[in-house]
Amino acid sequence: MADEDYPNDLLYHPEHDWARVDGDVATFGITWYAQDQLGEVVFYEPPEVGATVSKDQAYSEVESVKAVSEVIAPLSGEVVEANSGLGDSPETINQDPYGDGWMVRVRLSDPSERDSLMDAEAYRASLG
Amino acid sequence: MATAGTLRRTPLYERHVAAGARLVPFAGWEMPVQYEGIRPEHVAVRTDVGVFDVSHMGQVETCGRQADALLQRLLTNDVRRVPEGGAQYSLICNEEGGILDDVFTYRLAEEHFLTVTNAANHEHDLAWLAGHAGDVDAQVTDRRDDFAMLAVQGPLARALVLGLGDGPLPPRFHCCQRSLAGVPLLMAGTGYTGEDGLELLIDPDRAPAVWDALVLAGAVPCGLGARDTLRLEACFHLHGNDMDEHRNPIEAGLGWACKEETGFVGAEAVRAARERGTPERLAPFRLTGPGIPRPGNPVVGGGVVTSGTLSPCLEVGIGLGYVPAERAQPGNEIEIDDRGKVRPAVVERKPLYPPPRKDDA
Repeated sequence: MADEDYPNDLLYHPEHDWARVDGDVATFGITWYAQDQLGEVVFYEPPEVGATVSKDQAYSEVESVKAVSEVIAPLSGEVVEANSGLGDSPETINQDPYGDGWMVRVRLSDPSERDSLMDAEAYRASLG
Repeated sequence: MATAGTLRRTPLYERHVAAGARLVPFAGWEMPVQYEGIRPEHVAVRTDVGVFDVSHMGQVETCGRQADALLQRLLTNDVRRVPEGGAQYSLICNEEGGILDDVFTYRLAEEHFLTVTNAANHEHDLAWLAGHAGDVDAQVTDRRDDFAMLAVQGPLARALVLGLGDGPLPPRFHCCQRSLAGVPLLMAGTGYTGEDGLELLIDPDRAPAVWDALVLAGAVPCGLGARDTLRLEACFHLHGNDMDEHRNPIEAGLGWACKEETGFVGAEAVRAARERGTPERLAPFRLTGPGIPRPGNPVVGGGVVTSGTLSPCLEVGIGLGYVPAERAQPGNEIEIDDRGKVRPAVVERKPLYPPPRKDDA
């Protein structure tokens, strides 16, 4: 399990998802807090490339032994790449939530949506 | 919904906090769901030894000249066949044969029984027993606050407990008074994990000392999360999930715990269900592909999942669910509707774990 961390170069959604924006493409994943709350992730099915994701809507699910949790899109767009490796080793989401545990890359349909997300400092404060 | 302020805590609450447990509300109690993680705790019980705080479970004492007659009327199994120092699994049914609870009853002496109830049903069970005791020479007493309860489970459980105790251990489905780490307690050869082990009923004030001795000797603290995955691999039912007052013992696959000839409350309904059959049967199943079945998932074509998880030992999704009786035979292929995704599955024999050896097939 990784140590608690909220990198400063990411943007954060209140449902505990992060986005790393690079021009009009962004990478999404779940935060350290989200994976800690969930416990060991034992199942994840990546969405299809080409799927449309909408800000604040679920685009996939992560499952621990006991619970199912929706993964919320922090921004809107079209999936251009999905981390297919997570299907075989979903525990990567616990071990490296901001690195190898990334979930999808999305071509953003409205890059200005990013203005509604939190920076790391605001997200940390929201966790109390 | 109970709020944190109204939840009951076991005498081991401080131990759980100190061990870094994740505590959750469960049947009105604040209970550890996991410490290190459900999977390592599960594996510890399958390969080594784990200890569970199950102090949320209730106890009802039945004493008196007609104590056995009272229990014979209210429990579905044949209580009179339990010897002194014996233990027996049983159900409590209503007149319609609906399952009110499943319980373990220990016969401490000829006219002295202790029945262990599920936390969520304890008060109802107590009232049910007391309400039927009016015309018999038997006293029903709530003993919930007099016992903490620990379950030491796993292939090394007996060796560990023997090393801390003052005498031989009770065989499976037997119980006796013993001291463990200098603390007198009731020790029973029972559990709900599918492994060998012991359950300990202890004075609440002295339970932390017993817990400490067990953990120091190598028992891995295990939470209710692992207890659930272990019992589901073993195909043990969870009341409230796999059966309730709207299900009878026959459709739940618990006919073996019912002896209609004893005339228990609900016996006629159970006899009728046994003779006529039931439209649905509870069946253990295993997914043949990816996914994890969850309680409430529909079975395609009729039926519903009542328990589901990822099996830590088999590494596939497993569950229990009601399916139409004609489809409940082992080997039958079914499909689970997992929130819109159709997951192929196959009905299995009990238990799901350990799986049957190939040469038995």
